Amino acid sequence: MPRIQLREVAQARCGDKGNKVNIGLFAPDEEYYEIFKEKVTSEKVKSHFEGLVNGEVIRYELPNIHAFNFVCMDALDGGGSASIRVDNLGKCFSSNLLRFEIEVPDALMEKRNHHEVNPSGL
Amino acid sequence: MKSVKQTVRIGAAQGFYGDTIEPAVATAKYGEVDYLGFDCLAELTMAILLKDKQKDGNLGHTRDITTSMKALLPYVKEKGIKLLTNAGGLNPVGAQQEVIRLAKELGMSDLKVAVVTGDNIIDQIDSMISQGLALDHMETGESIDPVKDRLLFANAYLGSMPIVEALRQGADVVVTGRTTDPAQFLAPLIYEFGWTEDDWNRLASGIFMGHLLECSAQSTGGNFSGDWRQVERMEEIGYPIAEVSESGDFIVTKVKERGGLVTVDTVKEQMLYEIHDPSAYVTPDVVVDLTKVQLEAVGTNEVKVTGVSGKPRPDTLKVVMGYENGYMGQVIVGFSWPDALEKARKTDEIIRKQMASRGLQYDEIHTDFMGYNSLHGPLAEEPKEELNEVYLRMAVRAKTKRDALKLNRLFPPLSLDGPPSMGGYFGNIPPRQLLGMWASLIPRDIVEKNVKVSVNEVGNSCQGSN
Repeated sequence: MPRIQLREVAQARCGDKGNKVNIGLFAPDEEYYEIFKEKVTSEKVKSHFEGLVNGEVIRYELPNIHAFNFVCMDALDGGGSASIRVDNLGKCFSSNLLRFEIEVPDALMEKRNHHEVNPSGL
Repeated sequence: MKSVKQTVRIGAAQGFYGDTIEPAVATAKYGEVDYLGFDCLAELTMAILLKDKQKDGNLGHTRDITTSMKALLPYVKEKGIKLLTNAGGLNPVGAQQEVIRLAKELGMSDLKVAVVTGDNIIDQIDSMISQGLALDHMETGESIDPVKDRLLFANAYLGSMPIVEALRQGADVVVTGRTTDPAQFLAPLIYEFGWTEDDWNRLASGIFMGHLLECSAQSTGGNFSGDWRQVERMEEIGYPIAEVSESGDFIVTKVKERGGLVTVDTVKEQMLYEIHDPSAYVTPDVVVDLTKVQLEAVGTNEVKVTGVSGKPRPDTLKVVMGYENGYMGQVIVGFSWPDALEKARKTDEIIRKQMASRGLQYDEIHTDFMGYNSLHGPLAEEPKEELNEVYLRMAVRAKTKRDALKLNRLFPPLSLDGPPSMGGYFGNIPPRQLLGMWASLIPRDIVEKNVKVSVNEVGNSCQGSN
């Protein structure tokens, strides 16, 4: 099975609240949603963010929009106004999640190509 | 009695303190909106406003209220658009006075400007604690004791109801302090449609609409992680407009006169922004459930939102307090090819050795190599090829400003003493005060009994009421 980075198929946006960061991860369709559900677990995301996220990672599922919300605790060196990091607001956590690699069945790679042809959603 | 509208159109005016006002002016001109809602207060903003207020007691509200109101007040009279903003920050009365001053300057009369106060509870914290209110951290459960003597501000998040009250008193402009981000957007719907305080599904829909609008272009193609190259005319991006029906369902769109992109893909990214549990997004007005929401493209740059549901509002309000938490010192220096990264790493090693030999002690020392790992930290991949240049950035967490500054003094000698080709020396960055944030939940009646709405009419004498 081909191995891809999430950036090739997914969208993601993050936000900060206190010392927490949440990352919305959006699958392009239901089949990818099911793959993400199996492969992009809270444990794996926690280990992906080793060195940045010190607390637990909680995953919430939104099958209605084929999305997951990852809430990362103790993730911002104290929080926006207390952090000495360059990215003190954690604006780049979502792009960092898009580095995450998953294995995808060959058949789905076809669909992926289709999405690239017609990505507008309209 | 006012007639009930079929739909209410609300535009997003500003998504944060410092946001451009041009898209809101275009929305006022072409968007046929009834209301413009601002969200000026991020968590970090309160810290910025506090620093302003410490320098000048007349400040503490967003300074750009002057430019934004100057640009939009003419449309209040010309088109009957009402402006709802939490630009008051730590000084809502000062912000209201500024709006009144501008209105007079523009020769306006019969303009009603309301202010909501009571969110600022910094003066009551001591008595609350002595009366036995715990104020433990809402997430960690820690006691407030270690930080309570260092508190600089404390504001409770108010919901929509005081803004609704101001609208009922005829306000054209409503200025608040720490209201929730979406409160400015739900309030007009309660006022126009007469939604009751326990109509949870409709209230939830209104909050979610506000959530999609509160960060301005983040639902119209800004910060879009999909194919952002598709977003039209980003240099003059349009801000979102919601057309809301009495049922609570709504359409997100924008004016065609400005750029941007409103699709299911742009809107859904904003849907989860700064959300914790999507089945229980807690606000003072209602607890919102997003797990059944449906997004549907119904036209070019038009997305319809349905299926938002709500649960009863909480008995508590969130209070966010800021406390002094030391200073950050930082220095940035550049190194060129060849061996740029290796030189930067060597310099980091030199500085750390000098800190040790001089007995400089910091609570945290943080090193970044800008151009390689300053944004993605330990997850950044080691560059496969040699970098043309890289900037070393070192930051320290110090207890005092003086200690923070000691970092800066280590760097100048390196221009002659250290690795070669160090250029681009940003050594004079002043230390920045760090503020810790403390969030607690407190019974809402303790706060709400002191919330006041006052309406002043420009050109007439003052009138006030609760």
